[in-house]
Amino acid sequence: MKGDASPEFLTTIGLEVHAQLSTRTKIFCGCEVRFGSPPNTLVCPVCLGLPGVLPVLNREVFLLGLRAVLAFGGAPSKLIKFDRKNYYYPDLPKGYQISQYDAPLGRGGFVEIETSGGPKRIRLNRIHLEEDAGKLIHDAAADSSLVDLNRAGVPLIEMVSEPDLESPDDAHAYLSTLKSVLKTIGVSLCDMEKGHLRCDANVSVRRAGDAVLGKKVEVKNMNSFKAVKAALQYEIGRQTEALGKGEGLYQETRLWDEAKGMTFLMRSKEEAHDYRYFPEPDLVPFFVTQEQIEAERRRIPELPRQKAARFASAYGLSAYDANLLTQDEEPAEFFETCAKIYPDYKGLANWMTGPVSAYLNEKAVSLSQTRLCPETLVGLLQLVKEGSLSLQAAREKVFPEVVGDGRDPKEVMEKKGLLQVSDEAALDEWVAEAIRSNSKVVNDFKSGKETAAMFLVGQVMRKSGGKANPGKVQELVRKRLLETAGPA
Amino acid sequence: MSHIDLRYTSHLARLGFKPEELKVFGPQVDKILHFVEQLNKVDVEGVEPTSHPLPLANVFREDKIAPSIEMEEFLQHCPSRHGSFFKVPKIIEEKS
Ligand SMILES: [Zn+2]
Repeated sequence: MKGDASPEFLTTIGLEVHAQLSTRTKIFCGCEVRFGSPPNTLVCPVCLGLPGVLPVLNREVFLLGLRAVLAFGGAPSKLIKFDRKNYYYPDLPKGYQISQYDAPLGRGGFVEIETSGGPKRIRLNRIHLEEDAGKLIHDAAADSSLVDLNRAGVPLIEMVSEPDLESPDDAHAYLSTLKSVLKTIGVSLCDMEKGHLRCDANVSVRRAGDAVLGKKVEVKNMNSFKAVKAALQYEIGRQTEALGKGEGLYQETRLWDEAKGMTFLMRSKEEAHDYRYFPEPDLVPFFVTQEQIEAERRRIPELPRQKAARFASAYGLSAYDANLLTQDEEPAEFFETCAKIYPDYKGLANWMTGPVSAYLNEKAVSLSQTRLCPETLVGLLQLVKEGSLSLQAAREKVFPEVVGDGRDPKEVMEKKGLLQVSDEAALDEWVAEAIRSNSKVVNDFKSGKETAAMFLVGQVMRKSGGKANPGKVQELVRKRLLETAGPA
Repeated sequence: MSHIDLRYTSHLARLGFKPEELKVFGPQVDKILHFVEQLNKVDVEGVEPTSHPLPLANVFREDKIAPSIEMEEFLQHCPSRHGSFFKVPKIIEEKS
């Protein structure tokens, strides 16, 4: 099935993203937030939902949420209050989730994404605070499910976008940007494997002429950015096909099945969405002060997009390279440290987005988990630049040892005998010999056969055992040919 | 006149009423609703909505770890357990 809707059809996507806030403790109690702890060891009467307890808001949750609202250009609400969202599910010990309904932490703001058609603003509807639910483990064999409440009460922000996304690629770019901003401002670690970032999508397809949006289908159960993209592609295809056949679409909730690569209708009871929100009487209202706003603004460092713009202008990089380098803080900082001692910024960017990035992806590690440091990378680049090392040998033979074992590039080069001969005197001797013993080729060159020069370069390279600097050799061969043979 | 569908509402609250109870409680709940509805007649022009009955705001706790409680303390009261987990009837997000 084709992923993108044909121009005949328009796609509208909105995303709801939950991000886990990086606090030490839960949102309404002092239980520690720690991933991977033995089940039901990080719980107390508050997060177990026992009667007679009083939740109290973690100040850090409030401030981190506020920082997120400000970083995305949203407006903090004048009055902030919490509400109970009522539903029954075994991972929700109280029978309701403490969330925010009509007075969220903040409203508005936007996420600016990079698309093939240039930058695009995706408006945010709201950002609110809520508590996470526990974890359900489905025992395939037994006729039961198991509940671990360590995660119950872990603080989350929910960020709801307006339906401004128009393709699965847009959605992917939106999630990547959101992630890099949340990480940069210290609001969430965004560790996908620990479930720090979760996403539900609303997607609808309509005929190009229709003013009214299509039927909104909610898609759940996507565990990675890749899964979001795949699920949206599938869903757009399914809806487009149905419309094409003149079939009706329904407002419904569907689950993404990663293994089958399809979405399935979720069997839902009619009242599934009747949450009967009402104000949480156990929590008092909150008012943001100007001091808090100013303090949180000061904690927002240079954001990835601002950094990308600065990289493009200060280092003369393409928008594409500048974006790639500034998605995460670590490579951006690494680049800037290197740039202080290595002024060929474009060459440096090529290495960072090329071999360095390829290595990190392949090993699924971050820069700090490797043995690479700015000095060794720059050392390697300098060897190539001064002609001691060929680019190919640098990439294939030296770089792996520098990044993997933290070895000195020059040492690796010498030990492996990769030093290129760039010394003119040494090269000249080989060139002279090649010219002497190939008079026919020299004559060919004289009579205008340009490729004859390449034959001589090959001879010199062979003579040097591959160690001659090919650029230098070409230069010299041409120079000597013109001298001895005169211009062709 | 407003009316509460008690069959639906009691299901949402997971309250199991017998049919004869629904017959008795239904009109009673409607009466309570009508009584409260009198508030709609009050002129609240210019009055700020109350968000909390107590004159308190901005009550926070610091992000400091407090001890959690021993698992046995709560799991011993739980009707069904499996090791250190609560055990509940099988729940799956069903696909149709
Ligand atoms: Zn707790």
